[in-house]
Amino acid sequence: MSERKPFRWHIPIFLAPAVIIYTAVMIIPLFATLDLSLYTTGDDGIHFVGLDNFRTLFGDPRWAKTFWNAFWNNVWFFLINMAVQNPIGIGLAALLSLPGLRFAALYRSAIFVPTILSFVIVGFVWKLILSPIWGIAPGMLTAIGMRHLFEPWLGQETTALITVSLISVWQFIGIPMMLIYAALLSIPEEVIEAAEVDGITGMAQFWRIKLPLILPSIGIISILTFVGNFNAFDLIYVTQGALAGPDFSTDILGTFMYRTFFGFQLQLGDPNMGATIATVMFAIILIGVCLYLFGIQRRMRRYQF
Amino acid sequence: MKSIPFAALLLGTALVGTSALAETTLTIESWRNDDLPIWQEKIIPAFEKAHPDIKVVFAPSAPTEYNAALNSKLDAGTAGDLITCRPYDAALALYQKGQLADLSDMKIMSNFPDVAKSAWQTDDGKHTFCVPMASVIHGFIYNKDAFKELGIEPPKTVDEFYADLDKIKADGTYIPLDMGTHDQWEAATMGYQNIGPTYWKGEEGRKALLDGTQKLTDPDWVEPFKQLAKWSNYLGDGYKAQTYPDSQNLFTLGRAAIYPSGSWEIPVFEPQVDFEMGAFPPPVQKAGDTCYISDQPDHAMGLNAASKNKDAAMTFLNWVGSADFAQLYSNALPGFFSLNSAKIELKDPLAQEFLSWRQNCKSTIRSTYQILSRGTPNLENATWAASANVMNGTQSPEDAAAELQKDLASWYKPQQK
Repeated sequence: MSERKPFRWHIPIFLAPAVIIYTAVMIIPLFATLDLSLYTTGDDGIHFVGLDNFRTLFGDPRWAKTFWNAFWNNVWFFLINMAVQNPIGIGLAALLSLPGLRFAALYRSAIFVPTILSFVIVGFVWKLILSPIWGIAPGMLTAIGMRHLFEPWLGQETTALITVSLISVWQFIGIPMMLIYAALLSIPEEVIEAAEVDGITGMAQFWRIKLPLILPSIGIISILTFVGNFNAFDLIYVTQGALAGPDFSTDILGTFMYRTFFGFQLQLGDPNMGATIATVMFAIILIGVCLYLFGIQRRMRRYQF
Repeated sequence: MKSIPFAALLLGTALVGTSALAETTLTIESWRNDDLPIWQEKIIPAFEKAHPDIKVVFAPSAPTEYNAALNSKLDAGTAGDLITCRPYDAALALYQKGQLADLSDMKIMSNFPDVAKSAWQTDDGKHTFCVPMASVIHGFIYNKDAFKELGIEPPKTVDEFYADLDKIKADGTYIPLDMGTHDQWEAATMGYQNIGPTYWKGEEGRKALLDGTQKLTDPDWVEPFKQLAKWSNYLGDGYKAQTYPDSQNLFTLGRAAIYPSGSWEIPVFEPQVDFEMGAFPPPVQKAGDTCYISDQPDHAMGLNAASKNKDAAMTFLNWVGSADFAQLYSNALPGFFSLNSAKIELKDPLAQEFLSWRQNCKSTIRSTYQILSRGTPNLENATWAASANVMNGTQSPEDAAAELQKDLASWYKPQQK
C-alpha cells in the first residue's frame, strides 16, 4: 500500500489569519445585515417579518419614489464616471507611455495624488473652489471674460449631480490611468516592433494593437468603477450633506441608506429599513458583477505572450 | 475574639470614609461642541467648587452625528451619566426605551413653567425626563452700522421690511438679506419657522394643525412660503450654493445687512464682529398686530438610566435646575435663555434685546417639532426641502404646501379627515 500523503497543515495555518479577519469584518456583518432586513422594530419589540421591508421599499409609493430617485441618480453618477473618467484615464495612460515624454514621472504623480486624498478634503476643496462667494471659479471666469457662464453649480437641481460626478472623476482619474499604464508597459516590445515592421504606427498602432491587448484591464476598471459608484456615499455627504440637496437631486443609494439607517435631524434611525436598502445595494452590485463576469469576462480573448 | 468586630468596624468606617472622599466622575453627553470652552472654564468649575467630590467631564460630539452616536452608545451601554436632551420626540423615544430615567419627582421641576417642561414630557404630561436648560429665540440680526449709513430703521411691519430691503439693494454696498439654500436648514428654520408664526398666529395655528382643524394648505400656512419666494430677490449672488457657514461669515465680515437667524448666533458672532449688531423680531403684517416669536426649547439634561453614579448625577441635575445655574448659564452663553422661572439678569445687550420680545410678543415653538415629525416622511425634513425649493424657485409656494400636506396626511390621523 502506498503511503498516504500527510495532511498539509501549513495551508490552513497560513490561510487562517486572513480568513478569520475577513470573516469577522466582512462576512459576519454582511449576513447580520441581511438578517436585520428581515425584522422590524415596533412598540412591542422586534418581530420577524420576512420580506415585508422589501415590500415596503418597493411597494409604498413614497419609499419607492425615494428609492428609484436614488437608484437613477446612482446610475447617472456611474455613467458619467464611466464615460468621462475611464476614456480620459486611458488617454492619459497612452500619452504617459509614449517613449521620450519629458516629466512623465511628474505628470503621473500629479494626476494620481487626488486619489490618495481623503473625500473630506476633496469635497471641501471643491466646495470652496466652486463657491460663488469665496471661490476662485467665478474669479477665473471673470479673468477670461466669461463670468456670465458661472452658476452656483452645486446648488441647482439641474447641475448638482453632474458637478459632484465630475468631482469624483477628478479624484479617481488616477486609478484607470495607473492600471492602463501598467498594462501598456507590459506589452512586449516584440509585438510593437512586429507591428512597426508591418507598417502600423501612431494612432493605428494604438487602436489595433495596444487597445485589444489592454481590454481585460479596461474590463477590470469598469467593474471597479461600478462597485465604487454604487457604494459611493462620502463625497455626496461631504459636499451636499445627508439630505443630498437640492431637493434630493444628488441623492444616491449610499446617502439614502445612511439617512434611513442612522436617521437625520428629527427623523429617527430605522436600522431595519436601512439594512433593507443595504441589502438591495448588495444585490445590485452582485448582479452587476455577475453580469460582467459571466457575460463579458469569460468571452474576452486573452493573448499569451 | 473581641478584636475582630472592632477591626471590622474600623474597616467599615475606613471604607465609608474613602467612598465619601473618592472622586466620582460624571460624563455629560452633548452636541454643543461650540460650548466646550464655556463648560470647561465657567460651568464645571462653579459646580466642582461646591461639590469637590464630584468631577464632571463635558464630552460633546458633532451636532449632526449626536443623535446617531448617542443611540449607539446607549444601546451598547457606553454612554455618559448625563445626557443632553434634544427637545420632543428624540428624547421621548429614549425615555420610552427606558434609557432615560424618570425625573418627574425632582423638586426643582417646579422651578420651570409647564410650557418649558412640555418639550421633555410624555404626551400626557405625567412624566418628565429631562431638566430644561435653555431655549433659543428666532429673529433677525442686523448690522447697525450699515443701517445708520443707509439711514434706515429696523422694520416693524412687512412693508417696512421690504422698503428697507429695497433701499439696501439699491445702494448695493451690502447683500440685503443673508441666507443660502444649499444646506436647506436655513431656509426652513431661519426662514419658514422664523416668520411663519406671524401668519399662523403662533400656538393657535400650531395647535389647530395638531388637532387637524387647519391644514398646511390653508392660506396662513402658505403665506410664509410666498414671503420666502419674495425673499429670493434680495439674497446674495449664487445663494443656491451658499452654505450656513458661508452665511455666518458673510454677516460677521460685514458684507450683509440683515441676517435672518436666531439668538444662538450671539455667542459665536460677538467675538468676531467689529460693527454693532442689533436685532428685530419678525415684522408683523399691519402696524399694531400682535407679534409672534418662535421661542424654541433647545436643550435639557437627563439621567442615563444605566448610570452607575446616579447619586452624583442627581446632585448635578439639582444644580442644573437651580436659579444659580440659570443665572450662570444664561450669561455664559448669551442667546441661550434659561427656561427657569427665576428672574435672570442678562449682561449682554443683544441677548437682552431678544429676551425682551417675550414681554410683547406671543411665544410659540417650531411647528414641526412636536408630534408632527414622528412619522415617515418626516415633516421637519420635508419642510427643509420644501422651503429651499421655494426659495430656489423650483417649486411654487402652493405646490410646496400641497406636497407637505400630502406627506403629513399620509401617516398623521388627525389630518386624514
